[in-house]
Amino acid sequence: MSGRPAGAVARFRAVLGRDLRLSARHAADTLAATLFFLLAGALFPLALGPSPELLRRMAPGIVWVCALLAALLPLDRLFGAELEDGSLDQLMLCGLPAPAVALAKIAAHWLCTGLPLLLAAAPLGLMLGLPVPTLPVLLAGLGLGTMVLSLLGGMAAAIVLGARRGGVLLPLLVLPLATPALIFGAAAVDAAQAGLDWHPDLLLLGAFLAGALPACPLAAGAGLRAASE
Amino acid sequence: MTLPAEPAPSPPLLQATGLAILRGERLVLAGLDLELGRGGALLLTGPNGAGKSTLLRALAGLCPLDAGRLLWNGLDVFADPAAHAGRIAHLGHQDALKPGLTLRENLLLAAALGGGDIAASLDLFGLLALAGLPARLLSAGQRRRAALARVHLLGAPLWLLDEPSLGLDHAALDRLGAVLATHRAAGGLVVAATHVGLPLPDAFVLRLGA
Repeated sequence: MSGRPAGAVARFRAVLGRDLRLSARHAADTLAATLFFLLAGALFPLALGPSPELLRRMAPGIVWVCALLAALLPLDRLFGAELEDGSLDQLMLCGLPAPAVALAKIAAHWLCTGLPLLLAAAPLGLMLGLPVPTLPVLLAGLGLGTMVLSLLGGMAAAIVLGARRGGVLLPLLVLPLATPALIFGAAAVDAAQAGLDWHPDLLLLGAFLAGALPACPLAAGAGLRAASE
Repeated sequence: MTLPAEPAPSPPLLQATGLAILRGERLVLAGLDLELGRGGALLLTGPNGAGKSTLLRALAGLCPLDAGRLLWNGLDVFADPAAHAGRIAHLGHQDALKPGLTLRENLLLAAALGGGDIAASLDLFGLLALAGLPARLLSAGQRRRAALARVHLLGAPLWLLDEPSLGLDHAALDRLGAVLATHRAAGGLVVAATHVGLPLPDAFVLRLGA
């Protein structure tokens, strides 16, 4: 009893597992973001008219903007629910540094929101008339992009934690920060459609992810610590 | 607990000197000293807003100190907050149970962290029969007992309990007394805040904000 047997990795896995268990139990909430993504994407052909040429040109942008908005949906509850029922204290006392707790929650957000978005992006892209050969570029970009969105979103959610009207502040914080991901992600698909080289865009997206991966959990950890004081 | 049985008087394991904590503009605690050795218990009393919960959170390392030092075994707690977190089981005024998860699932994280046996901890508080029930179906007292079972499950030497008897009936209070006695007999420390008194024989009493 002098010190707990679990190592840091085991603790991280335990926190991640707890979040995945919670998401599985509330499957309707978890799937809501994906359904929102598909529905919002399906509205564009209705609003813009069924011209295949127009839709094909706009498809990368539509898919990316819808993914960005859909990833925002569950962020409000990511840490908010933990703060309300006192679980945040338990998480802060789980023996992991605060940034590691934040990273575990962010990873859970990606697995439960980003990954399903990725799966739903292919049918949505096809529906909007994206040529099949450009789909791998779209999915590769979205794979990196959804991770960036989870990281940025998790950071913002932790920072606004405990603030009045945090739910309104959250998109105002995330959306401007996410613009580089949006630009490069959509540009890669555009380039692939035009037969140009799409590697530079995805590399820049990867660089953005490489920057966000250490920075966002650190900022999120500071936010969590401030909220739990 | 594998702590050696030391002859009395045991040296203080938890030691705080000159603690001061500001909440906003208000000085909640000032110049507070305390010491607690193996098997020791400390009861925090005082009116609402006297800083009992704040002191417990400060001892947990959740709330930064504005002055003073907090030592565990002679070492500064804030030098390694993650290690200190591993020594602590904190019971807040909220039960921190997820309503959608069963009682057992709610305790899985604590079991993974502490390596304890969920069934044994639930049984101590008479909850074993309810283990498969979603937490939202439990009564307030049962939820409190579940939160106490989590404290036990964490297997930590220092228990920080904020109003642990909230909503407990007499039988549950007796169970709590037995668990606390076992924990102390094994060398564990208890710091508890209460209004109503707790089954903690020969505990030091610290009256705050009098």
